Amino acid sequence: MTNWQKHIGIIIPLLVIAGLMLYPTITGKAAARETAFTILKAIALASSLNILLGYTGYVSFGHIVFFGFGGYVGFYLLSSQGMSLWICILAGGVSSGVLAFLLGKAILRLRGAYFALATIGVNEAMRAFINNFDLFGGPTGITLNFKAYLAYGGAAKALEMAFYVVGGLAILAIILSYIIRTSKFGLGLLAIRENEDAAEVMGVFAPDAKTWAYVLSAIIPGMIGVLFFFKNGNVEPHDAFPLHASIELLVMVMLGGQGTVLGPILGAFAYQGMRGYLVTSDFFKDIQLSVSGALLLIIVLFIPAGAVGWLRQRFPILRRVLA
Amino acid sequence: MQQINLLLASLPDGILLGFVYGVAAMGLTLIWGVMNVINLSHGPIISLGMFGTYIIFIKLGVNPYLGLFIVAPIGLLLGILIYTVAVHRVINAPHLSSLLATFSVNMIIIGLGTAAFTTSPYNVDFNMGSVTLGSTTLLGTRLIAALASVIATGSLYLFLYRTRPGKYIRAVANNRSAAELMGIPSSRILALSFGLGTMLAAISGALIATFFPFSILSGGGYELKSFVIGVLGGLGNPIGALVGGLALGVLEAIVPAFLETSWVPVIEFGLFILVLLVRPNGLFGAKQ
Repeated sequence: MTNWQKHIGIIIPLLVIAGLMLYPTITGKAAARETAFTILKAIALASSLNILLGYTGYVSFGHIVFFGFGGYVGFYLLSSQGMSLWICILAGGVSSGVLAFLLGKAILRLRGAYFALATIGVNEAMRAFINNFDLFGGPTGITLNFKAYLAYGGAAKALEMAFYVVGGLAILAIILSYIIRTSKFGLGLLAIRENEDAAEVMGVFAPDAKTWAYVLSAIIPGMIGVLFFFKNGNVEPHDAFPLHASIELLVMVMLGGQGTVLGPILGAFAYQGMRGYLVTSDFFKDIQLSVSGALLLIIVLFIPAGAVGWLRQRFPILRRVLA
Repeated sequence: MQQINLLLASLPDGILLGFVYGVAAMGLTLIWGVMNVINLSHGPIISLGMFGTYIIFIKLGVNPYLGLFIVAPIGLLLGILIYTVAVHRVINAPHLSSLLATFSVNMIIIGLGTAAFTTSPYNVDFNMGSVTLGSTTLLGTRLIAALASVIATGSLYLFLYRTRPGKYIRAVANNRSAAELMGIPSSRILALSFGLGTMLAAISGALIATFFPFSILSGGGYELKSFVIGVLGGLGNPIGALVGGLALGVLEAIVPAFLETSWVPVIEFGLFILVLLVRPNGLFGAKQ
């Protein structure tokens, strides 16, 4: 097997991202860039969540807390301390990672639904805390001075740059996901997913492995948060910690296939595409939430492995191509 | 001194509210105890209960407390329907499946509810007078709601411990396969338990609607409160939920006397995580 054939599992996902990043240039429409931005953001977030959910088997219902927290820290440095965007993005990622490390030490001891409940609690506690935290502007949040965009060649240029940065972060998330999936560390995580006690007997030190999986799944959402709020120009507790966004991420991962590299990408694509269609269609726009719900129910009940998982089960030959 | 006065004024109110919170949480924790499913459609069902009161009182002109006898059976049937359609297939699957299945029901209800009622707030203007005890004033609607909650809890207790279906429910909660070997129709019992859980949620929503304004989305907040209460009282312990509800009601009354009201959720959810970590079976030591 030649070298590229061995890594074919990463080539398809990267082609998808490259296509998305070129899409606005090809169509030449500004609205297309906005759509592509949303999809790339969803891909990066869903791929990150997949490290914890798909590989390790821990259901986090509050993963958006890392997006919000990292975003807040980075955005604060950006607007109040006037640091450069790049340092702020790094700071957002690092602070989310540290938060995940500390949280992980505590709540990863819980299993199953107890862990899921704890993550909801963490998200709500963080939202309520930021709401009272005067340094971060309390309930009104922080608004970026428009001048900050001048350093990046004005608002229009800054938005365009943000688009390519989110693409870069999506690629980073996918490469990270692929490396973990093919590494020995990842194998340990998969063992924990199947049976945590048996994994420990086989020599996987579960508490450390889980904590690192949690940290790795938190860093990129933190970076995305900074970028997203930079693009929006402001941040509020309400936008930073929406519980339903966490659940949308779960849906994307489930839709595409948990525990695969390609799955979250397809899921993010399909979910955002479907949502975009339903919201704008005359017939569905009033009940778009119900239609999404019904679709989700059908997937959960009948195709629990998701699209990629189903294809892999059905057509073993595809297992080589679809990592 | 001022704080003590404030406490005396808000504490009885908090306790009365706590009873109602307790009923909502009881529905959630009953379902968890019997089938290890966290019902994420709990919030929208509470909202539906609220709109039940609205329709019965404003549109049909029936007394909302009599309306409870209409809301409750509808809640029970709705729960049995949800169980049959969405939950039964994933009852033995990993937690993620049942969480997402019930969440999809949540989305369906919210979507249809938004189309029917929009997301703007509603208000049921219902006055039962008030009782003044020294420096505190108790609203009649809250007193009756607390009383109704106690009655609902008592009936649930009697049902679970004194009737045959109730004993079946406890047997299935204890060990489903052993119960099946004893000839208990476990699927039907699971459906009944789910129905009872949603019935309690609907009742609590119907009671809350008599004194708070509401919208189709407001059930979500009570769902989160139910999680906190369920964990305080011990998940899977319906009677503990009432105690947990009281604890939360008292907490909500005490905290504003010392801190700003906006700190209440910080303390609530902080406590929630702490209890999950330290005493996952609840503060009051429910045995698994």
